[in-house]
Amino acid sequence: MREVTKRFLDVVANDSVTLELFPGEVVALLGENGAGKTTLMNVLFGYYQLDGGKLLVRGKETVFSSPKDAIESGIAMIHQHFTLVPSQTVLENVMIGVEESFFLNMAKARKKLLRIEEQFGLYLDPDAYVWTLAIGEKQKLEILKALYREAEILIMDEPTAVLAPTETKELFETLKTLVARGKSIIFISHHLQEVMEISDRVIVLRNGRNVAERKTSETAIPELASLMVGRELLERLEHGESSPGEPVLEVADLHAKNSRGIKAVDGVSFQVREGEVLGVAGVSGNGQTELSEILFGQIVPERGSMKILGKEVPVGSSKAVIKSGVARIPEDRISTGLFMDLSVKENMILESHVSEPISRNGLLNKQEIESFALSCVKSFQVKTDGIEAPVKSLSGGNLQKVILARELVGDPKVVVACQPTRGLDVGAMEYVHQVMLDERSKGAGVLLISDDLDEIFLLSDRIIVMYQGKIMGETDIEHADRDKIGLWMSGVAS
Amino acid sequence: MISMNIVKRKPLPHWVRIVIPFAAVVITLLLAAIPILFAGGNLGKAYSSLFYGALGNRFNLLETFVKSSPLILTGLAVAFAFRARFWNIGAEGQLFAGAIMAAVIGIYFPGLPPYILVPFIMVSGFLAGGLWAAVPAFLKTKWKVDDVVTTLLLNYVMIHLMGSLLFGPLQAPGSSWPRSSAIADAAHYPMLIARSRFHIGIPLAFALVLIIWFINSKTVFGYQSKGVGINIRAAAFGGINTNMVILKTALISGGLAGLAGVGEVCAIQYHLLMDISPGYGYTGIVIAMLGNLHPIGVALAAFFFSIINVGAQTMSRMAGVPVYISGVIEGVALMVMLIFLLLSEYKIRWKRS
Repeated sequence: MREVTKRFLDVVANDSVTLELFPGEVVALLGENGAGKTTLMNVLFGYYQLDGGKLLVRGKETVFSSPKDAIESGIAMIHQHFTLVPSQTVLENVMIGVEESFFLNMAKARKKLLRIEEQFGLYLDPDAYVWTLAIGEKQKLEILKALYREAEILIMDEPTAVLAPTETKELFETLKTLVARGKSIIFISHHLQEVMEISDRVIVLRNGRNVAERKTSETAIPELASLMVGRELLERLEHGESSPGEPVLEVADLHAKNSRGIKAVDGVSFQVREGEVLGVAGVSGNGQTELSEILFGQIVPERGSMKILGKEVPVGSSKAVIKSGVARIPEDRISTGLFMDLSVKENMILESHVSEPISRNGLLNKQEIESFALSCVKSFQVKTDGIEAPVKSLSGGNLQKVILARELVGDPKVVVACQPTRGLDVGAMEYVHQVMLDERSKGAGVLLISDDLDEIFLLSDRIIVMYQGKIMGETDIEHADRDKIGLWMSGVAS
Repeated sequence: MISMNIVKRKPLPHWVRIVIPFAAVVITLLLAAIPILFAGGNLGKAYSSLFYGALGNRFNLLETFVKSSPLILTGLAVAFAFRARFWNIGAEGQLFAGAIMAAVIGIYFPGLPPYILVPFIMVSGFLAGGLWAAVPAFLKTKWKVDDVVTTLLLNYVMIHLMGSLLFGPLQAPGSSWPRSSAIADAAHYPMLIARSRFHIGIPLAFALVLIIWFINSKTVFGYQSKGVGINIRAAAFGGINTNMVILKTALISGGLAGLAGVGEVCAIQYHLLMDISPGYGYTGIVIAMLGNLHPIGVALAAFFFSIINVGAQTMSRMAGVPVYISGVIEGVALMVMLIFLLLSEYKIRWKRS
């Protein structure tokens, strides 16, 4: 792939990205969420057409207009979410979409499958039903599907995200066998240790651009960590006078599992004081999402307690957290924060619709709703065709402003923001940053969870780093050192 | 090769959404002309007799109203549930639950005065339908059991339950048919217009259209149920007790369908019998979709369907077209409406490559 560029409307997702892959090697594509890894791979796999640059397969310039073309060129993509039919057998799943003739030749297909299993040491019972397989086995099946289609290049999009540690080990054994037999693999991940273990070369993307390429044997985790999160030192925003006061948000000994039942938050305790920004840094996928979901009341932790403004708040209740006056800025504004099919007005009252004066005795008060929504739109300069416009007609930055307005208009004492600038353009990002600092100046305690280290440095007074659900270290901003934080982020205590 | 791409379109202005169902009706009538011509009918004669038969004189008009009442109720029931993404395919069974309740009370409490007995039956029938719908809602909220499957299958449970009652304890003495004794006179819905079957359930159905519209647009509960339907994750994030919203929605939805059953027993048949409903519960799904899940839209769609149903008899006599054309028109109406709804969200782009 030479100087591949891909734009979405006015957002450049890939900006002249170059990637070379040789037979028999594993290239790791490393980068944070939104760095452009997935877009690049979707271009390679024919989902998207390129806006610039070239795609060469075996030295020949090629254009893929659909994944079908890519498959025919020997490229296979193994998605994070499996594309299998649970009610069918392994053999049937392998055959789907390959049979050329009308009649199925099961015997021939079985023979071919068994030969491939033998050749690559990937053993699965062809007659087992997919729903009976463990996750690791399903992934094996996805790989078998690719090999059955005679794929030479396998794209694996965060293959270990769904696996337990032992399954990851097995996967790596498999990948090594594949490479030894001449296949090439693109391994997408942001788990540094895995990248070090499995890859021959590492290509780091950041903000849609190539930032570095290293031979795995010539680099180390701290270097990769800092390459990934960036080193450009941005001007630290004017913080203004503020002396941290009483703790406004305290959590103690939080433990929680993620949706797959794997431990995600492992004994987290911290305090946020009034008038300070506490930044939670870390490579994404180290428990930050689950931590935010506990704080928002979306999930019930296994253990732990939470105090807001000195008062114990029951865990696992959105209602209780809202009632205690916490402003909540969720990580995924579209799926969690907003009703995309409803109007700006209806989104503004998501949290206040049960309280007076927005409603009384179960009846909504139209005048109050409208004046509330208008004041929200005005004080946060939301660009919209009025409060009746559907929020889906708004841009990403303005969607975030809708949430900020709704959450912050009542001058909260506690603000919890998770990835508040993800996917936003620079202007919107600066606006969000300024708003966070304004809240701090007004005396609120702000908890900022972000995997953008620049953002953490820009805004925080104190920083804690999460790794595998634990807090690896804590520092105040005066003593914060990027290399040390990079180490903490990769799980190295110091 | 030409390929087809479906892409999302920008939100349409509000008035287009209002025009869509009417346009769908017009196109339906145009498309339905094809089978009418095939059946050898004269198009002008067929349609004029269809509308004359439904609206053309006092008796026909009142009959069209009579027919619309159960359709409005089941249509509302489905629309109210669908709005919260509670996929209630079980209005038919809930209607039966209401009908059974009406018959039981109407037969076993003959001594009560009408002004107590009729409201008592209405409330009980509402609750019977509501509780029957609450069963799948409970399964959905507690164990995520698929509501399409459970609501649909519970229809058959209720049909057979009714069958066993009608061949058993509820069967009229001396009868060999699956038919109950007559309900007490005091349980009959009052008739509002002389020499017709225009009963109190008809204005009640229209009043419920307004009440549901009010709940949907003016109350906290209406906001919450809409939110649960649009994005249950965001609703929960906003502190809404989503399980409770789904349960309450099911209770009201099933209750409305139950009332349709009460009306059929207390105003039309005066007995409970196996064919108390010609599929009103299923037609309610079509009506809810045609009405775009809006209560006023449901009322209009239900009225349109009863025009087709009542008028089809006259059309068949006058134009020699089979009565079954009415079923064809209803089916075409649903498909046209679904296509229109799709096209209101997406546009089709043809690409040449």
